[in-house]
Amino acid sequence: MRSDKHDGSVAAKGTGLARNVPTSVSRETSVPIESDLDIVTARQVGRALAERVGFEAGELTLIATAISELARNIVLYAKRGEVVVKVLENGTKRGIEVVSSDEGPGIPNVTHAMQDGYSTSGGLGLGLPGVKRLMDEFEISSVVGHGTVVKVAKWRA
Amino acid sequence: MEVPILKQGDYLIASIQSALSDSDLAQLRDAVVEKVGRFRSRGVIVDVTVLDVMDSFSTRILRDLAHMIRLRGARTVIVGVQPEVAFTMVQLGLRLEGIATALDLEEGLAYLDETGEKES
Repeated sequence: MRSDKHDGSVAAKGTGLARNVPTSVSRETSVPIESDLDIVTARQVGRALAERVGFEAGELTLIATAISELARNIVLYAKRGEVVVKVLENGTKRGIEVVSSDEGPGIPNVTHAMQDGYSTSGGLGLGLPGVKRLMDEFEISSVVGHGTVVKVAKWRA
Repeated sequence: MEVPILKQGDYLIASIQSALSDSDLAQLRDAVVEKVGRFRSRGVIVDVTVLDVMDSFSTRILRDLAHMIRLRGARTVIVGVQPEVAFTMVQLGLRLEGIATALDLEEGLAYLDETGEKES
């Protein structure tokens, strides 16, 4: 289902790894997205990693929900792609980065897509602006015919 | 992962047990809409206590479910939305407007009993 770039021990939830992160533990995990089942996997993997970084319950929900929206965009618009979650470190600050990428049709008008209420798939049209509100950093690049990359990050309060 | 739908008197109780995929949720919606006719139920409770994520898709499915149940002549109450989930939904701009919600199963049953009495 997923390829861990280090040792693959992402199943940290409830295993006691959350407080004491050994250096060998995977700090970056890629989840291939091909179906709605992978959306669930991506948000669980992201949540587990964020838990290890030390985010609290409310933030874990925000992060998992953001991942869910990004992964669903891949399934809806591009059919396949991947979500990569990664631990961020900046001095004493720690955070998590989520990059969703696909080689789908791309978004013709990114400015439009970032407005509340805009959707081309009959969804609620709240996907991207909503994700931006949930996270601290948000970057999108999309090329029609080549695909879309959305990079978001959240830092521990 | 199929969601068990229990019949309790005039009501149906769909008690979500684990994280659900989009197709699981759609299946739940369809099953409830069908069973409400088969059992001539007057109310439906969907217990989302275990859901740690309610995103745009699951919110839309629950809203559709409630509206379909209303069209079938019964009432729906969503119970167990967790505090973090409620916070995230508000941030995302997701709403369950016009849909009854209650703190937990007990409150949900009380709500259906109350509104049922008013109607009869």
